[in-house]
Amino acid sequence: MKKLLILSGKGGTGKTTVAAAFIDLLNAEAFADCDVDAPNLHLVAGMNTLPERWDYYGSQKAFIDPEKCIGCGVCLDNCRFEAVTLRDGICEVNEYACEGCGVCEYVCPQSAVTMRDDVSGEQLLYKDSRVFSTATLKMGRGNSGKLVTEVKKTLVNAAPDSKLAVIDGSPGVGCPVIASISGVDLVLIVAEPSLSGIHDMERILKTADILRAKAAVCVNKYDACMEKTKDIEKYCQENKVPFMGRVPFDKQASAAVNEGHSLALVDCSARAALANILKNLRLLLLEDAK
Amino acid sequence: MKLAVLSGKGGTGKTFVSVNLAAAAGSAIYIDCDVEEPNGRIFLRPENLISKTINIKQPVFDSEKCTGCRKCVAFCRFNALVYVKTKPMLFSEVCHSCGGCRLVCPSGAVSETEKPVGNVECGKSGDIRVVTGCMDLGEASGIPVIRAALAEAPDTDDLTVIDCPPGSACSVMESIQAADYCLLVAEPTAFGLHNFKMVYELVSLLHKPCGAVINKAGGKYTELDDFCCEHGVPVLLRIPYSEKLARLGASGQIAALSDSEYAEMFRSLLGDIRREAHV
Repeated sequence: MKKLLILSGKGGTGKTTVAAAFIDLLNAEAFADCDVDAPNLHLVAGMNTLPERWDYYGSQKAFIDPEKCIGCGVCLDNCRFEAVTLRDGICEVNEYACEGCGVCEYVCPQSAVTMRDDVSGEQLLYKDSRVFSTATLKMGRGNSGKLVTEVKKTLVNAAPDSKLAVIDGSPGVGCPVIASISGVDLVLIVAEPSLSGIHDMERILKTADILRAKAAVCVNKYDACMEKTKDIEKYCQENKVPFMGRVPFDKQASAAVNEGHSLALVDCSARAALANILKNLRLLLLEDAK
Repeated sequence: MKLAVLSGKGGTGKTFVSVNLAAAAGSAIYIDCDVEEPNGRIFLRPENLISKTINIKQPVFDSEKCTGCRKCVAFCRFNALVYVKTKPMLFSEVCHSCGGCRLVCPSGAVSETEKPVGNVECGKSGDIRVVTGCMDLGEASGIPVIRAALAEAPDTDDLTVIDCPPGSACSVMESIQAADYCLLVAEPTAFGLHNFKMVYELVSLLHKPCGAVINKAGGKYTELDDFCCEHGVPVLLRIPYSEKLARLGASGQIAALSDSEYAEMFRSLLGDIRREAHV
């Protein structure tokens, strides 16, 4: 299975809009949403079935038995995450700060600490003629990278014969992004023609490079600022990053999203541009295969 | 007053609203906690920068003292240690710096060293103190850098604007922990609403008072307004989409500093926030 991942660095440049259009234009049989912090692809994926859903256990969390705790504070002194507080002579764990390392359990002289499994999110798998793997991280939880890895694994297991999978990623350059990049064949960066957009594009391209992933760039809403669009193209040329094309600003894009389907179903200039970008991406993927 | 600006969905205008509020306040502190993609400084262009490296602790293993007992490998819950041949080996990207391996080692073979994961840069932009957290590329967690950036804000009567990362995970939680008021910036689309609900759930969980700014307002989509109305979230400002704002933003200009109408708009927003937050 070839995997195409859509990233952007900066948020809101149009990752999900682009991913959803590719899925429909390709008639993709397998796709996933790895933006587990703020997933949106399910809103426009048009799946006709209800998903299979199950809990995701990210890590354990410490629990201090108030009956056994004598308030000695050894756990508090050893916790590196400021997750323990001493209140009325009893130690308490803040579940949001606790990273589940188990140090408090190890140091507690009263054996008052137990480590408990923690549901830190939910995975969903939709299956009709196509397979769609997605997940939602619980509020304020860490471990998003591990969940992203699970989402991708679930996709591969459910659609092992699919030739090309489209994966929607998350903004930023941290944990979930790093996890999403691992094992993909090509990363498409959706850039925005603004100073912030260029700055963030450079950071995500460098991150992809550190992880030795092959990356290409397209510009969304290119006509919002021609000058910055040209700067992006120049940057790509100078840094030998394959440039896949420009997508015009199209009011029909947000209209399509609000109606719950992708741009691929609307005959418009943005769709034509995306189809062309997809053609370039497939050539790039084939080039690699040789 | 500490004001956290967050959004769930990326690109809705957190940084736009944050820098404009700081500019409208005149004297303020602006802290960029979006350490993966810090962009506030692109607009504020702070000067006289002082940068501090932020380090985390990482274990080092003394091969002379290590007996190969594997206690550290068994203890590590993050699978950051692997037993290779006769010694533990560290995968530093997944190490959470919990210090557990050092605690459990019976031979005193584990010590700790500092590893840089980012930096915090402080500077001035007029009367605005600009603090920027920036995570090194290739690092997984921005939390240590976020903590260090927030520590640069003294308790003050001046406005402190905390520009948060997107999403609703641990990094956002960390950023809003100390906030007196949360401002949720959303765009009126199906994607915007879905992610707005997630951050609204997060601030409610922390019992933070909050209000909304609807950016790129004016289309046919009313579901976001309906949601705010149903849940009693006051909509403090609607900013209609304008080509002028888009142009200013793309070139890194601050609207409140280059246009008196926008200056007034953000001053009035700030007044509403202070009233809502009772500060």
